[in-house]
Amino acid sequence: MVKVGVLGLQGAVREHVRSIEESGAEAVVIKTKDQLEEVDGLIMPGGESTTMRRLIDKYDFMDSLKEFAQSGKPMFGTCAGLILMAKELVDYDQPHIGAMDVKVERNSFGRQRESFEAELDIAGVGENYPAVFIRAPHIVAAGENVEILAKHDNRIVFAREGQFLGCSFHPELTEDHRITQYFINMVKEAKK
Amino acid sequence: MKTGTDRVKRGMAEMQKGGVIMDVVNAEQAKIAEEAGAVAVMALERVPSDIRAAGGVARMADPRIMEEVMNAVSIPVMAKARIGHIVEARILEAMGVDYIDESEVLTPADEEYHLYKSDFTVPFVCGCRDLGEAARRIGEGASMLRTKGEPGTGNIVEAVRHMRQVNAQVRKVVGMNVDELMTEAKLLGAPFELLLQIKELGRLPVVNFAAGGVATPADAALMMELGADGVFVGSGIFKSDNPAKFARAIVEATTHYQDYKLIAELSKELGTPMKGIEISSLAPEARMQDRGW
Repeated sequence: MVKVGVLGLQGAVREHVRSIEESGAEAVVIKTKDQLEEVDGLIMPGGESTTMRRLIDKYDFMDSLKEFAQSGKPMFGTCAGLILMAKELVDYDQPHIGAMDVKVERNSFGRQRESFEAELDIAGVGENYPAVFIRAPHIVAAGENVEILAKHDNRIVFAREGQFLGCSFHPELTEDHRITQYFINMVKEAKK
Repeated sequence: MKTGTDRVKRGMAEMQKGGVIMDVVNAEQAKIAEEAGAVAVMALERVPSDIRAAGGVARMADPRIMEEVMNAVSIPVMAKARIGHIVEARILEAMGVDYIDESEVLTPADEEYHLYKSDFTVPFVCGCRDLGEAARRIGEGASMLRTKGEPGTGNIVEAVRHMRQVNAQVRKVVGMNVDELMTEAKLLGAPFELLLQIKELGRLPVVNFAAGGVATPADAALMMELGADGVFVGSGIFKSDNPAKFARAIVEATTHYQDYKLIAELSKELGTPMKGIEISSLAPEARMQDRGW
């Protein structure tokens, strides 16, 4: 059984853990950087990216996360997690982990009252996926090796680049575990 | 595409879990809060201890303060409306505030009815002292809960009481047989369907933060220990000698609430915390937690 870590500094940690377990893998909540060594893949959950970044710095996580990204083990960022993974951010000089070759804009659909649910058809995952967008970011530009898996309203909301997977919305808030399963399959492939 | 669904409204609160929401009265404080790692700010005209000291009728803040704060930070901005004040809540929604606190810290506009929060696109957080109150608020459409505690006192005792009470009653419901739930619903004054849902989930269907009396990093960690999903800090931060340091310390204590060595370190030389008020010295009309039902 593969072990999937969930970065547990802040945000929707419990929901990802549940989704991982229901998809038949072992979940580990990552609170200290040493724990990264014991997992085969890592999910960075939704939450507040500013807060997570502060805690990442405070606990000296950044170098370990960058090493993890370079190790070839799969990484999946949802919402704030996507912001942490992107190589470039609109209106910011510096990225956070800077692993995935995408440019991301924060809060790009508006404030909370504009937050929404929509059904998406996702390449490699399936149709009618219930996607929950909460003060969501989106991918404004993607590098040539990035495979675009889903768009909403002509904006890229789900993409993959090799071992990196990122989405604007929150698969962890639904009972539909197809996306988590997709990521776990990536982890299994990488472990072989 | 649908906006304002339960999933979207409750989900927003899920994203705040493990975090600290700080009361601020201007853009400068909001920036300090964001920099310290707050997951959201609550924009107010006065913090609760000042509301308490000022007396009189406390209302929704001047919209300019909310605007100023919303322009200053990228984290979500919450604001308070009076209990039952439909128009204050609609104004906040129209302004684009991310979450509304229907709050007992302000003077209630309606002593009989709370807002019907399901009608709004913007999500609401409400205070509760026990499961009955929590379930009634969820029934009206609240997407997030917090303990009432006793705001502006710097005394954690009421928040502790309310958190323990709600969690004990949730455990009781989870352990009951289904045929016992209707009587429990009657006794609690709670919607039956919600108790059924709590029994199935094994927990409340929305997140429950601690609020009302958190004055130190250790207080914040205590509330997390007792099962809070996160913490609201009102008067404590910007009434302290070094707000930036104090704010960071509260955030870290909330994240690593079981790392006692760390909490010891970050509690060092924080300066004098707010003086605090012994609850029994409050006159009955000064008890904010008794507002609402």
